Amino acid sequence: MKIFQKNYFGKYGGIFVPETLMPACKQLEQAFNKCKNNKQFNNEFHYLLKEYVGRPTALTFCDKLSKKLGCKIYLKREDLAHTGAHKINNALGQALLAKHMGKTRVIAETGAGQHGVATATAAAKLGLKCDVYMGIVDIERQKPNVFRMKMLGANVIPVKTGSQTLKDAINEALRDWTANVEDTHYLLGSALGPHPYPTMVAHFQSIIGKEARKQILKIEKKLPYAVIACVGGGSNAIGIFKGFAKDQKVKLIGVEAGGYGISSKKHAARFADKSLGRPGIIHGSFTYVLQDKYGQIYNTHSVSAGLDYCAVGPEHSYLREIKRAEYSYATDKECLGAFQLLSKEEGIIPALESAHAVAYLIKNHKRFKNKLIIVNLSGRGDKDIYIAADELGIKL
Amino acid sequence: MNRYNNTFKRLKKNKQKALIPFVVVGDPNYSTSLEIVKTIINAGADILELGFSFSEPIADGPTIQTAGIRALNSGSNTDKNLNFIKQIRKFNNKIPIGILIYSNLIYQRGIERFYKDARDSGIDSVLVADLPIEEADEYIKAARKHKVATVFIVSPLTSNERLKKITKKVKGFIYVVSRLGVTGAKSDLQKGTISLLNRIRPKTNLPLCVGFGISKPEHVKEVCKAKANGAIVGSAIVKIIEKNLKNKRLMLKKIGNYIKNLKQSTL
Repeated sequence: MKIFQKNYFGKYGGIFVPETLMPACKQLEQAFNKCKNNKQFNNEFHYLLKEYVGRPTALTFCDKLSKKLGCKIYLKREDLAHTGAHKINNALGQALLAKHMGKTRVIAETGAGQHGVATATAAAKLGLKCDVYMGIVDIERQKPNVFRMKMLGANVIPVKTGSQTLKDAINEALRDWTANVEDTHYLLGSALGPHPYPTMVAHFQSIIGKEARKQILKIEKKLPYAVIACVGGGSNAIGIFKGFAKDQKVKLIGVEAGGYGISSKKHAARFADKSLGRPGIIHGSFTYVLQDKYGQIYNTHSVSAGLDYCAVGPEHSYLREIKRAEYSYATDKECLGAFQLLSKEEGIIPALESAHAVAYLIKNHKRFKNKLIIVNLSGRGDKDIYIAADELGIKL
Repeated sequence: MNRYNNTFKRLKKNKQKALIPFVVVGDPNYSTSLEIVKTIINAGADILELGFSFSEPIADGPTIQTAGIRALNSGSNTDKNLNFIKQIRKFNNKIPIGILIYSNLIYQRGIERFYKDARDSGIDSVLVADLPIEEADEYIKAARKHKVATVFIVSPLTSNERLKKITKKVKGFIYVVSRLGVTGAKSDLQKGTISLLNRIRPKTNLPLCVGFGISKPEHVKEVCKAKANGAIVGSAIVKIIEKNLKNKRLMLKKIGNYIKNLKQSTL
């Protein structure tokens, strides 16, 4: 761990991949370092964010919800970004990078389907071939997004191994990348995986936090008391956290998927479950992961496919360790409550992922009395109508 | 590491190359797995390569993945796997035994403790599928202390500069990956294999053993005729296990014949 210190966040992160992928990780690191400060690349990227994605996304004041909960709540509206979630920011950034590296094909994993749709969209726009790996459990519960990916010209490859969800889709994408590394870029969708992915994804998502900080200062003339975001792998959270990382007084709060509750062991709360959640090596990175005592990875559960993942991005493990960010969880039930409440009170149907962040605020509203809060509404809930209806016992 | 030295010396003297069969420990269960290993040794294997199954085997193709799931479903874990190696050692104390494992299983046991236990069980070498040399310092240190050889992979994409760094960290043998991608049997040997061997050979005296995609006697013959010191055959054997799960006697007979046949190609 000493040689490659720069690839770590404290002791978390690193590059734990088969030898065959090492040259690709290094090539990617070099390309990213070159492009992130390159004027032409940034012009191209920011042009797409503005004219194609529709950025900046709004910062919406929730008057009714604020009144109800006794605090001042703003939502960072990533649900308004093209394709309906923050995922498009990173997908476009990496797809541009893939083109700069001369790769002709991108592959991606997807859980909720939002990253798959974003990648398929970026690939369509930039003229790249696109294959998306998706667990068959997720294909079943996120049908609208499967259809969207197909319409966008991507090939959706069903993953039938393991728990048939996000972690297995990542396994398959890594295998594909190993075999096709010469012409293929693995467009990883969250702030996890081997270096440089966690750093690179955070970079492309940091636009969320940059905008939010500017917007809140303009509207309220002050910084928020807390910024709250849901955490699966943690890309929307790290994206908004980045904007406030240096504002030590702003509390950064990540919300994991509590599933059926921590004691049920059917959840994706890597930090909250002290018996199953420990640092370990998973998908190329050293970070908190749910596992048994031998290190076999534990299967997770969440009503939200996007948070249904065994590990958390390594930078979150670090932010928690240095106490710059805190992490909590919301259960499926609390999430569904928030899903309904936000829809009825504010006319915004949130993604089930994002509803976890709202649920945390509802559950802990007393702590935030009269405080200024920003919740990152990372995606819209259209994709979730079937599963939410099913959970709520409503026949469509 | 003496077992490796002795074996490669003996093979060199007899003008042979090493046949290195690979199976997953505990596939389909521990008792059958032990019989499989004994059959493989009796049929003429020179070195054993054994897989410790991990729930997220990113370097493995479908055949080894499925074997890993069979093993995990039959209750496989690190404690039992180490005990399994001890049982092999009661049967044969000469054959070198290498294991193929993923880093989290080592990390969770404690790196130092893992290599000590490995040595005590009779393991000669450890190859960690998801551990490049950049992350390997602590693992190598523990391995050296407990006299366990450290095997690393060289792939067609490994640059000469990187190769130089890797050879410095290797003990036992270099695992030459004959093609990009994951483990799995293929009908043809990738063309680049021979040129890769030619590229590595002048740069090291370490034994070179070729794996990934080797399934036929012709493949074994071809790499042995080139600069390789051994051939690693995994998925093809595991497929025999998979296809004969309901008839153990036939399974063992087929594995024995297959190994004998392959061994002929290394002579």
